Amino acid sequence: MGNLRGKLLPPALAIVFSMLLCGVALVISGANPLRAFGVMVTQVGKGSTLVDIINSTGIYYIAALAVAIGFQMNLFNIGVEGQYRVAAVVAAVVGGSIALPPGIHTLVIIIVGALAGAAWAAIPAILKVTRGVNEVISTIMMNGLAIGFSAYLIRRDVFGELRGNNIRTPEIPESGWMPGISFGGSGTMFGFLFVAIALGVGYWIMMNRTRFGFELRASGESSTAASAGGVNAKKMVLVSMLLSGAIAGLIGLPEMLGRDHTFSLNFTAGIGFSGIAIALLGRNHPGGIAFGALLWAFLDKSGLALDNVGVPREIVTIMQGSIVLSVVVAYEVVRRVELAAEQRRVGRELGTVGGAA
Amino acid sequence: MITTMEEKPHVPAAPRRRKVPGWAVGLLGVAGAIVLLSVTSYQTGFLQLTSSGTTQTAVRLALPILLAGLGGLWSERAGVVNIGLEGMMIMGTWGAAWAGYQWGPWAAVVAAVVFGALGGLLHAIATVSFGVNHIVSGVAINLLGAGVTKYLSTLIFQPLSHNPRQSPPVQPFDTYSAAGLADWLGDLEQGKRLIISDVAGILRGLVTGVSPLTMLTILLVPLSYYLLWRTRFGLRLRSVGENPHAADSLGVKVYFHKYVAVIVSGGLAGLGGAALVLNPGQLSYLEGQTGGRGFIGLAAMIFGNWRPGGLLGGAALFGYADGLQLRSGGETVLALVYGVVLLLGVIVVWQLIRQRWFSAAAAIIVAVLLYLLYISLDEIPGEFVAYAPHMVTLAVLAVASQRLRMPAADGLVYRRG
Repeated sequence: MGNLRGKLLPPALAIVFSMLLCGVALVISGANPLRAFGVMVTQVGKGSTLVDIINSTGIYYIAALAVAIGFQMNLFNIGVEGQYRVAAVVAAVVGGSIALPPGIHTLVIIIVGALAGAAWAAIPAILKVTRGVNEVISTIMMNGLAIGFSAYLIRRDVFGELRGNNIRTPEIPESGWMPGISFGGSGTMFGFLFVAIALGVGYWIMMNRTRFGFELRASGESSTAASAGGVNAKKMVLVSMLLSGAIAGLIGLPEMLGRDHTFSLNFTAGIGFSGIAIALLGRNHPGGIAFGALLWAFLDKSGLALDNVGVPREIVTIMQGSIVLSVVVAYEVVRRVELAAEQRRVGRELGTVGGAA
Repeated sequence: MITTMEEKPHVPAAPRRRKVPGWAVGLLGVAGAIVLLSVTSYQTGFLQLTSSGTTQTAVRLALPILLAGLGGLWSERAGVVNIGLEGMMIMGTWGAAWAGYQWGPWAAVVAAVVFGALGGLLHAIATVSFGVNHIVSGVAINLLGAGVTKYLSTLIFQPLSHNPRQSPPVQPFDTYSAAGLADWLGDLEQGKRLIISDVAGILRGLVTGVSPLTMLTILLVPLSYYLLWRTRFGLRLRSVGENPHAADSLGVKVYFHKYVAVIVSGGLAGLGGAALVLNPGQLSYLEGQTGGRGFIGLAAMIFGNWRPGGLLGGAALFGYADGLQLRSGGETVLALVYGVVLLLGVIVVWQLIRQRWFSAAAAIIVAVLLYLLYISLDEIPGEFVAYAPHMVTLAVLAVASQRLRMPAADGLVYRRG
């Protein structure tokens, strides 16, 4: 019981706290928070919002899985942001320049994306394993380089072309697209969502039913105990970083294969950082992450309706930021409270608690 | 006081390997850099390398990096990793613009510091009081900083500037030039004599168009050094970053010092935001204006091995590369590659004298590769020049990570009791 409470209480507290905080902010700026929230809820049923939310959930889910693999062994892959950007541009360039039968073409694009993401993650991984470079710093630097690298690749004298006012890579031919499920006027659901679900199942199996997952979690709990038990720490760092990068390489693909068919300057940025937030919210658990991704997608897409009632939609970003910060604080507080309760219980049973309590 | 009593009994006379004092190393480095640039500009014909215009732009671009780096230094010396610098800087840009368009540049500076310090306070509450992982809190503050400023800009700036991403124009600082000196240096610069003209050009850039904010920032470097290394408060603050348990047992208020350090850190990052807003080429808040400079400041701090002098060098280097690109384009930056080849040549000779064959061989290989790059390219693409700090930092970490020394308890969560 206590265990479940410890898992569910912090996110609930964090969400309520953030809603209150944003409510206060809205009241100060002269808006009605209840009305704003009502508009967001009713927006779900309008137009293509629901399908947009589901599509966005899938993308965030992949991003959070990529981050969670690193988190499982206390490895901070801040570089998901850069990895998916580089992977997307490389996949778009390769996908747009080859001709293959349908299906195989799509598969090649997906594999190229995963490999490119893994390759970009390999640099900080190798630096960490061979030179002891902290992965947080190196991945932050790789994120900067990724922006420069992708901007270089879509230059018109490299791989890019000018279409209207926008520079982009050559369009991927139709054989490389991934068909979605159309709901007519309510939008089209990305076919890539099924890949996201498969990834989630695969992640759960890997973590709970394989030796690798066990070693990964063991390294996260205590790296010294794990290496005493025969786990090769360097190999674990390398493999988990590459795996994280490979999954990160898929983040840009749902939109690319299902809607845009190209990499352009309008590319959606920032999903990597959202992924970090969602992985924290969901505590690296595939179910928790799904919930977090859904919440994030709801806030993003329904928040667009706030402009109609005169509330700046950026309040949603504040809400996301405050949820992350308050959820980690809440997890810590609950952990401390439970630890203290546990110590008291042990003390009582051993009869040593005396007057100290 | 505390150290002398501590050190006497059980610290053996540590072998002093470094005979040259730090300031002398710094001066030698500056002199070496000037000679290198001078020879490079003479051999490649790119006089812009040491022109006063380039120097002036470089100083302007280096300021935000330097301030963010100082922010990182304060926080990490007290053992709190601060990757929220970027978010605090964004808050600073908003505060500077908000106060700046109403009450002038000095109000902008004050507001930027206050807004940045608020971000720092939040980071301190999360990491110090609640023991949240420093990286996690930093990421959250970056998200939050971006969100809060976007919201406030839409709310407050949009009615005035009709653009939710930009503030109304901010009044700039008056700039000062040492007129007589600058003219004399200008004459020398025109003389086109090796070294002398180059030194004159750089100095002229340094004494022309100096704003009070520039002076303040430059003063903050020795001030930070003095406070952190030469006062009792600084000793305590650094002891908290090295070994909080030992510090606590000696009666140092660990939480207090960590709070002060992180709040000062946020204030400095916020001031860096003000330096961006008050930049003569910009003079307003723009969404996405910081462009990762908080992270580059962090890189400058690592480049400088968690020391103020080295940090100044890192910020100058990154600002210079950026300024050169902005001022004269990618072909001039390519001339810098030639300069690096020259530098590697000197290193090879030095390593051969010291009979370090492996290092010498590695340096020769890198030099040959860079020289091939130099003769095969026409210019360095601008996309890459902007990210030169990132590449330099990765290279420094890869080559010298064993020699870098960060505070021993940096990034560890400390809990009293």
